Amino acid sequence: MSVQNADHQADVIIVGGGLSGLTLACALGTAGVTTLVIDREPADVTLLPDFDGRTTAIAYGAGTVLMGAGIWEHLDGNVGPMLDIRVTDQSSPLFLHYDHREVGDRPFGWIIENRVLRHALHRRLAQLPSVTHLTATMVTGMVRDAAGVRVTLSDGRTVAGRLVVGADGKKSFCREHAGIKQIGWSYKQHAIVCTVRHEGPHGGVAVEQFLPAGPFAMLPLAGGHHTSIVWTEPSSMVDFYMGLPEERFQQELQLRVGDWLGRITPVAGRWSWPLGLSHAERYVDTRLALVSESAHGMHPIAGQGLNVGIRDLAALAEVVVDALRVGLDPGAADVLERYQRWRRTDTVTLLATTDVLVRLFSNDIKPLGHARRLGMAALNNVAPLKPAKQFFMQHAMGIVGELPRLVRGEAL
Amino acid sequence: MNAANATAQAQGRTTIDPAEIERFSRIAAEWWDPAGKFRPLHKFNPVRLAWMRDTICKAHGRGPLSLRPLEGLRIIDVGCGGGLLSEPLARLGASVTGIDAAEKNVKTAAAHAAETGVDVDYRTATAEDLAAAGERFDVVLAMEIVEHVSDVDLFLSAVSGLARPGGMIFMATLNRTTKSYLFGIVAAEYVLRWLPRGTHDWKRFLKPSELAGGLRRAGVVVKEMTGVAYNPVSDRFSLAPRDLDVNYMLWGIRD
Repeated sequence: MSVQNADHQADVIIVGGGLSGLTLACALGTAGVTTLVIDREPADVTLLPDFDGRTTAIAYGAGTVLMGAGIWEHLDGNVGPMLDIRVTDQSSPLFLHYDHREVGDRPFGWIIENRVLRHALHRRLAQLPSVTHLTATMVTGMVRDAAGVRVTLSDGRTVAGRLVVGADGKKSFCREHAGIKQIGWSYKQHAIVCTVRHEGPHGGVAVEQFLPAGPFAMLPLAGGHHTSIVWTEPSSMVDFYMGLPEERFQQELQLRVGDWLGRITPVAGRWSWPLGLSHAERYVDTRLALVSESAHGMHPIAGQGLNVGIRDLAALAEVVVDALRVGLDPGAADVLERYQRWRRTDTVTLLATTDVLVRLFSNDIKPLGHARRLGMAALNNVAPLKPAKQFFMQHAMGIVGELPRLVRGEAL
Repeated sequence: MNAANATAQAQGRTTIDPAEIERFSRIAAEWWDPAGKFRPLHKFNPVRLAWMRDTICKAHGRGPLSLRPLEGLRIIDVGCGGGLLSEPLARLGASVTGIDAAEKNVKTAAAHAAETGVDVDYRTATAEDLAAAGERFDVVLAMEIVEHVSDVDLFLSAVSGLARPGGMIFMATLNRTTKSYLFGIVAAEYVLRWLPRGTHDWKRFLKPSELAGGLRRAGVVVKEMTGVAYNPVSDRFSLAPRDLDVNYMLWGIRD
């Protein structure tokens, strides 16, 4: 098969129509880059309310990417700004309090329902003539060489391009195709996710409690009376909680949430998935770049998973567009190397940080408990540690390091 | 070479010996390997391409950030080598003719363009041939070539002759300074081994004033000059408008 007789041609072929893949397509499409997205799900399925009940914490620096890619306006304001972040350790009265006003007048980020984000992505894609979204089809084969990329699809079609992006998640076909190994381990924990409605307003406060079983996060959704729960439990307990009748499930939740929101009522469904750490030994191969979960997976303890992925996309979109704007090959080895060098340090830092946090906070060992409580109180109250605290806050907002233009709020 | 010959050559390409295609595509792979022996050129290429794109777009009142900002312009790349400039400029929308006196280079460049599906008109020819045949272009490039020619004035008048009146001429070369001897020859050819020994003859390098003077005599008004700096720490090239001591580039307009 040659480049000329493929059914579709594009500069960039994105494998995977999840949040990362579609966000990248929007960013590239905004710059006019011809882009193909290969999505195994039919479009109407991914937009069903039951497809994905999860929510995503979009850090400030990831929100600017959504704005720059023209996605933000399609969220129609259905975003919950995080104005305060409170971190508490079990029932200890000492807690760490992050107020967004300490780092400026902008929120730390926003909580967005994946469903809402997915609708916005689809609406944005429909506005972008250079992007083609092929749904309900899968990649069955791929040839990547000096001349280009040729991909065969399960429906028999062929597509050709110059760069293929693996946005195909934890079990990435692209990563395996390139023979890229990954290291990783399981935390033997699952996250249970659901949304609750509550009497009292949340006031834009996000809370992370470190319970003996693991972190328990409450994330303020748009409107003030809905909160997304991310509840970590040892994997052995997950079936038990997932199978509880509604009333018992409500009781378990209320016990953990406490009474600051008044009475809570679970809405919609429950979802759960296993937690672990994974990291690809390389992010690139001949005419291939891995982004987001195909390159790295981390514990949601710091709410950074998709944000790191979005920073990947912003960096990749930038190197691709920079190459195309001088007529160079977006799949060339030096372009991809620039992407890999750019992203690796940030990712490794976050993987290591989340790993330490998970180990520190997912246990009930007394001395460790004292140490972390003292640590949090110190970070909160001791004047010389203020810069350290600000550093953590800026990290949480995703605005540290050499940032891609989209993260800085500039046009791609 | 005239148009009929070019057509004959283009037709000949389809019946060419496969072993020969294979040989040239191997050489092309060397030219186009960013980590290979043309690594310095690949490092520098984005910087000079961006500079040319911006300069051309400014002169034509176009936005440089669209993906095909050079649409509709005829560009000739004199001394095109493996096509490292011709191909990107064609990707940016220009209609590009790439010429080289060495047939091996032309075949190499053509083999690569065929592989990647870019349309460039490659020909084995000299600037004098084409100028004499009356071909005229909106933009003429003579990058890193003037230091290799035997008769500079003849070459400059051919380059000028290839531009339409009001057309743009871009040149890049090495200055004749102590620094250029140290960096352009000693470092590049002997220490870093970026280039084969004997690639350059320092005595043939032209001072910016000499090149500008030669161009003026050939009917070209130089508009801007810029140096090129290499930072060994970041391993990056950048424009250095005030440092013309080693590598420098200029552009001008044909009267």
